[in-house]
Amino acid sequence: MTNIVVLVKQVPDTYSERKLSDSDHTLDRESADAVIDEINERSVEEALKIKEAGEGEVTVLSVGPDRATDAIRKALSMGADKAIHVSDESLHGSDMVATAKVIAAALGKVDSYDLVIAGNEASDGRGGAIPAMLAELLGVPQLTHARQVTVEGTSIKVDRETEDGITHVEASLPAVVSVTEKINEPRYPSFKGIMAAKKKPVETLTVADLGVDAGEVGLGSAWSTVLEASPKPPRTAGQRVEDEGDGGSKVAEYLVGQKLI
Amino acid sequence: MPAERLLPTTEAEDLLALTRELARDELAPLAAEYEQAERFPREQFRLLGASGLLGLPYAERWGGGELSYEVYLQVLEEIASAWMSVGVGLSVHTMSCFALAHYGTEQQRERWLPAMLGGDLLGAYALSETHAGSDAAALSTRARLDGDAYVVTGTKAWITHGGQADFYTTMVRTSDQPGGQGISCLLVDGSTPGLSAALPERKMGLTGSTTSQLLFDGARVETGRLLGDEGDGLKIALASLSSGRLGIAACSVGLAQAALDEAVAYAKGRTQFGRPIIEFQGLEFLLADMAAAVESSRATYLEAARRRDRGLPFQRQASIAKLIATDAAMKVTTDAVQVLGGAGYTRDFPVERYMREAKVPQIFEGTNQIQRMVIARELRNA
Repeated sequence: MTNIVVLVKQVPDTYSERKLSDSDHTLDRESADAVIDEINERSVEEALKIKEAGEGEVTVLSVGPDRATDAIRKALSMGADKAIHVSDESLHGSDMVATAKVIAAALGKVDSYDLVIAGNEASDGRGGAIPAMLAELLGVPQLTHARQVTVEGTSIKVDRETEDGITHVEASLPAVVSVTEKINEPRYPSFKGIMAAKKKPVETLTVADLGVDAGEVGLGSAWSTVLEASPKPPRTAGQRVEDEGDGGSKVAEYLVGQKLI
Repeated sequence: MPAERLLPTTEAEDLLALTRELARDELAPLAAEYEQAERFPREQFRLLGASGLLGLPYAERWGGGELSYEVYLQVLEEIASAWMSVGVGLSVHTMSCFALAHYGTEQQRERWLPAMLGGDLLGAYALSETHAGSDAAALSTRARLDGDAYVVTGTKAWITHGGQADFYTTMVRTSDQPGGQGISCLLVDGSTPGLSAALPERKMGLTGSTTSQLLFDGARVETGRLLGDEGDGLKIALASLSSGRLGIAACSVGLAQAALDEAVAYAKGRTQFGRPIIEFQGLEFLLADMAAAVESSRATYLEAARRRDRGLPFQRQASIAKLIATDAAMKVTTDAVQVLGGAGYTRDFPVERYMREAKVPQIFEGTNQIQRMVIARELRNA
């Protein structure tokens, strides 16, 4: 019996234009389509695989505004059993430290958990530190950047892949795992899964419900402040080579100049 | 821009989101290559089946999705927009389940329907013969009773999924009575001995979808596979087509939407005389007319679908939707080639394929001349 909590974040669709709001440099959620982060589809998939290999229950936990219910429903339609949604105006602009505190408090609302699975980093903020912070707050082992996860009884083995290579790590449960995009290929929901999702329980909580002081979270309490933001400059047009019979050599010269050949 | 839809429920929104994801990631990237190679996308139908999309408008107790036509047709439109052969195949499969779902006995439905709707099996619908197209009642494939089976001999023509399908909803003649009275409907297993498919037709478009003649040479089909009574076949066939042609209307709107999207994207990116060509009124008006044709066609099939969902007569509206949507798709895809100019005429861009694919919906599931006959008959009899 493995009880798994999957952390799910709703992010702006990477297919749409993403930007920060002019007023406070937080994410402009209205300007883009909101979807479940792709890495979280893989987190859910890994949880479902562990559940299907043995026994257990998969709970989705998401901190986000009201419309994050769409991301939660997607995870439920893939096969997760139930969800907790922390939604509170005061969370707007929270930094990673505050977010990790809120997630840790929300985990206190779960009966018991053996494993927390997160993505290694969200495609919007790209901080990548929430899993480690959360493990610290919970006082449990952290196994980050996993490309393979094996649960055996009360222990967990992970192949941890970074730029430096692969490390084989092992810990006892409960633990926090973060997965990379190499972990698996997520399943598609089915229409039956979509219909089943609407009957699954979703508990919606405020920060007060979690016993967290609203003054400790949000933009005002963030440890860092975004002073200025500018969009990535558009890609420049590149260099044009006029072909006067010697186009091939000119292209080759350019590539040699760039040390590409 | 993608089609803007008003959907009735969040489940419908989630279903359309799933459909778009499947269409974008699993269908669209393969379409050009498969069509070029005349390769049948059997695996893609299995994926749709695993996702629960091969039984959407049928009852949940038989494994269907219990979905309204209003929503089912929009799913179909999105699939066809990514890949017309798969959209048409999904529509044909759904139509081929109609006879059993609506005319089968409880026992027959219990025995075969869950597998047909469950996603692993693919269906086909066999009505036409070479000499019996618009005049379907002239069909002559003969089924003679021999003990506990019909022995079927004859040749069906223009069968979508011919040789690929796992079951064929087949119209045969069970008596020598002339015209429609002697026609009956059999649910034929694809592996029945004496049943085979001829070589695929060499078509202008929808080249990834197999179309062939179906050869019955003394094929024994157990009498338990007769759907409805003997003599009900033509009625069942025409009822199937009334719903089926709504599917063809939806597919044609999807195809036209794909052509419009391609044309708009090209017109924004292509510069002539120092400006993107979309800024020239000559093209702007062409694109506006294309958008008007797509959206009015969509509204027309949705109106017919809503009537069907409410249990109101919808035959005239279905024929109007099929006529309007397929003629619109022909015009929109032709104009899309015009917008792309010389590029549009090459196989480096998809619009010439769309134009080839748009032709056959004006022909199959009742030619557009037959649709006009259906519409006019209702006007006459009203």
